[in-house]
Amino acid sequence: MSTTLVTDLTIFILALLVGIEVIGKVPATLHTPLMSATNSIHGIVLAGALLIGVTANNAVGYILAFIASFFAAANVVGGYVVTERMLKMFRRKAPAPDLEQLDGHKGVTGFKGLIEQAGARIRARS
Amino acid sequence: MSGFTGSIQLVYVLAAACFVVGLHLMNSPATARRGNQVSMAGMIVAGVATLILLIHDGTVTATGWIVLIAGALIGSAAGLYAAQSVQMTAMPQLVSAFNSVGGGAAALVAVYGYIHAEADGGVLGTTTVFTVLDVLIGSVTFAGSIIAAGKLQGFIGGQPIIFPGSRLINAGLAVVAAGTAAFLFSTASLPALLIVVLAALAFGVMMVLPIGGADMPVVISLLNAFTGTAVAMAGFVIGNWALIVAGALVGASGGILTKLMADAMNRSLVNILVGGFGTGDTAVAPGVAGDAQIRPIAADDAAIQLAYAAKVIIVPGYGLAAAQAQHGVAELAQALEDRGIEVSYAIHPVAGRMPGHMNVLLAEANVPYPQLKEMEEINPEFARTDVALVIGANDVTNPAARRPGSEISGMPILDVDQAKSIIVVKRSMGHGYAGIDNELYANPKTSMYFADAKKAMAELTAAIKTLVA
Repeated sequence: MSTTLVTDLTIFILALLVGIEVIGKVPATLHTPLMSATNSIHGIVLAGALLIGVTANNAVGYILAFIASFFAAANVVGGYVVTERMLKMFRRKAPAPDLEQLDGHKGVTGFKGLIEQAGARIRARS
Repeated sequence: MSGFTGSIQLVYVLAAACFVVGLHLMNSPATARRGNQVSMAGMIVAGVATLILLIHDGTVTATGWIVLIAGALIGSAAGLYAAQSVQMTAMPQLVSAFNSVGGGAAALVAVYGYIHAEADGGVLGTTTVFTVLDVLIGSVTFAGSIIAAGKLQGFIGGQPIIFPGSRLINAGLAVVAAGTAAFLFSTASLPALLIVVLAALAFGVMMVLPIGGADMPVVISLLNAFTGTAVAMAGFVIGNWALIVAGALVGASGGILTKLMADAMNRSLVNILVGGFGTGDTAVAPGVAGDAQIRPIAADDAAIQLAYAAKVIIVPGYGLAAAQAQHGVAELAQALEDRGIEVSYAIHPVAGRMPGHMNVLLAEANVPYPQLKEMEEINPEFARTDVALVIGANDVTNPAARRPGSEISGMPILDVDQAKSIIVVKRSMGHGYAGIDNELYANPKTSMYFADAKKAMAELTAAIKTLVA
């Protein structure tokens, strides 16, 4: 048994144990985002897909490289975006609608915008 | 290991550390978003390191670059579009689709490695073990997840699909795949590896076909674990620690969720995979209750019960999501809270079509997450609850589960029958997934409100507002 294999197996088993320890603490409320987050993590296979390119030099190699990088990129980008989208929805309190109207946070750009926003807030308070 | 590849490997370790920290931060909704961002940062670092490695290596041909960049860009665009346009009700399909492409990519990495090594006399020894495992698990995941996504999306019937001899075919495919794999350990042969791929793909299809809709949380979790394992195996094949660690983490997560889901249904994994819940030869007991004992209720009366309660627990099930009533229920809850009524939600682990699905649907409808209670936490509270409002949930509220002798015996349930009164919103007296009568409906404390969930929520909210005004 080579040292590389022993090292790889050690890493695998330790990572498995760390995974069990860390994930066991995730509350049921977050199980869907958790699965989606782990989904994006296995998108790391993109690194493997890209590395096909190192030796690919014929049609079969190129086709496999294309499909693998397509699959893995869809996996990693989509995974992170949708996890972020979901987690944004988890709020401790229901959003107060009046505050949102007052804030206008989304439209604020640059320094001037910030000053205008501050002014609007002060006026609204007084 | 040269200095350069050594430092790249270290960067991969850094990425792997980010994944662990990111997952750790997901132990609370307050830090979960930061966790996802930490994990994303790790992924970007790993991606950049891979690019540097490719450039430094200098052997990627011009066509190679075009192929890689085109694949990555089109893939990213497809992933981005899917992630931004997906409805939260369709989340299980999307997760399945990502499982599928992740498993597929992992299998392709190993297949390419095998083809490439053939020129040098072929792969033998331990690499073969990991290659074969990667190809087997990756292909099963790829095909199985497509079928799961198709079932969830409604392209393929959600009912368990079982035909005569299907189990025999499954066994045959497993024998072919395992036999060919064993052959590969002694002889390097690309055609043999392709036979493993084909047998595994067919096995993936056959494995998921007989599984019904309500068992989907288990299946998706299992396929998630498979994808992780396939990616870890790909890591062994190409000697990349980031893939090994990431794959192991996902494998652990999927494994834990699979066990949690199976426990929440009190069914073994084997039982679920063999399939055919409620479709077998189990005789459905004739209506114990009889319709005479069912008490229907009108919107106005239900509204009065709710409006004058001190504590209300809402029990949502997949029927709520199917009727797109999550926003309606949030509005109703808000109307009740405006009257000073304590409202919380009782979420059974398998409510919805994937683990935690119901929580996401309610979060989307702006329900604050502290109101979403897990089964163990909420069960003791039913006894001091004035009204339990059951919407689109069935088997998980059936007290028959507490006694032996029924399809769902031993399944942990929500103690809805402990509440002082119960209102069940349901379209008709149809059966749940298990195909048995729900004894809760015959309980003297229970009133049945027959309506579509979405319509019912609107009617109840309107009735409460009229009452208050």
